Amino acid sequence: MNIMAFFGRRDDSASVAKNRLKILLEHERGGNSSSDAKLISSLREDILAVVARHINIDPDAVHLEMDRTGDTTTLGIDIELPDTDIRKSA
Amino acid sequence: MSNATVIVVTSGKGGVGKTTSTAAIASALAKQGYKVCAVDFDVGLRNLDLIMGAERRVVFDLVNVVRGEASIKQALVRDKKLDNLYLLPASQTRDKDALTDEGVASVINELRMYFDWIVCDSPAGIERGATLAMRYADEAIIVSNPEVSSVRDCDRIIGLLDSKTVVAEDGGRMPKHLLITRYDVERAKLGDMLAVDDVVDILSVPLIGVVPESRDVLKASNVGLPVTLSDEASPAAKAYIEATQRLLGEDIPVTIPSEKKGLLGKLFRGRAA
Repeated sequence: MNIMAFFGRRDDSASVAKNRLKILLEHERGGNSSSDAKLISSLREDILAVVARHINIDPDAVHLEMDRTGDTTTLGIDIELPDTDIRKSA
Repeated sequence: MSNATVIVVTSGKGGVGKTTSTAAIASALAKQGYKVCAVDFDVGLRNLDLIMGAERRVVFDLVNVVRGEASIKQALVRDKKLDNLYLLPASQTRDKDALTDEGVASVINELRMYFDWIVCDSPAGIERGATLAMRYADEAIIVSNPEVSSVRDCDRIIGLLDSKTVVAEDGGRMPKHLLITRYDVERAKLGDMLAVDDVVDILSVPLIGVVPESRDVLKASNVGLPVTLSDEASPAAKAYIEATQRLLGEDIPVTIPSEKKGLLGKLFRGRAA
């Protein structure tokens, strides 16, 4: 018997399972996944347009990710820039 | 109007114990003296007949009745031990689309005239068979194993109970009861298994019982007896009998009957959602 079990502590796979389920179900219950997808798609287009005014970028190089966890929602924006010729000639 | 109660035993995921639970609870209700009918909705893959030991006496089935090829009374199979317990078997040969909404509605309405309790064994999945099994229910028993995929699927089923049933469409809220099966107290204590409180917390459904993992369940199915009839002293049978008492409205704390003689598991208070 390990010491964790002896003290009856639950620092273990069951709590991982519980946390994963809570996050997942919060997302699945929301029922707003399709509106999220629309929002992300239009945000992506606008961000791409703004960045493209200044920098030559591949349209596929803009990645957006929305993450809902508990009470907070975060928006992650990841833009891959080309190695050379960063600035657009005026 | 009849005073019958229609219960659906459902889970989303397969193999969690819906049929075992249907047979055990229907038998426990019948033992209390109620007139009970267990209905198998798993068209194409019926098994409630086998678990209840009635497989050799099936003549007509639910699909025959829905299609008007047999009367309900012709299709009902009386239990070999309890004469107030009946089974309405599913068809083994047709596909799940053989059931129609109107057909099921009329079968359930007629059963309400003859029985106090109608216990519907839902097929796995979220398709026609499962939605029809829950459609005309008054209450639902949601069966979950303490395991991630089972809990997730139960959450989907709760969503369907709150949207696709007649109770929900009429603006009501279907009363739901959570039944946790195949529970292992020791593994939960070690943190290897989701604990009762975790599952109740995630699903927010009041707990009606916790059935421990027990070898008696397999033994009972081997001989075609619901576990509540094969061995009343078995921990699983005790758990089902207590769950049935709660279904009948008795306010008793949820215990987890243990394999060890005379020892009761940790006490859990049934938490209301």
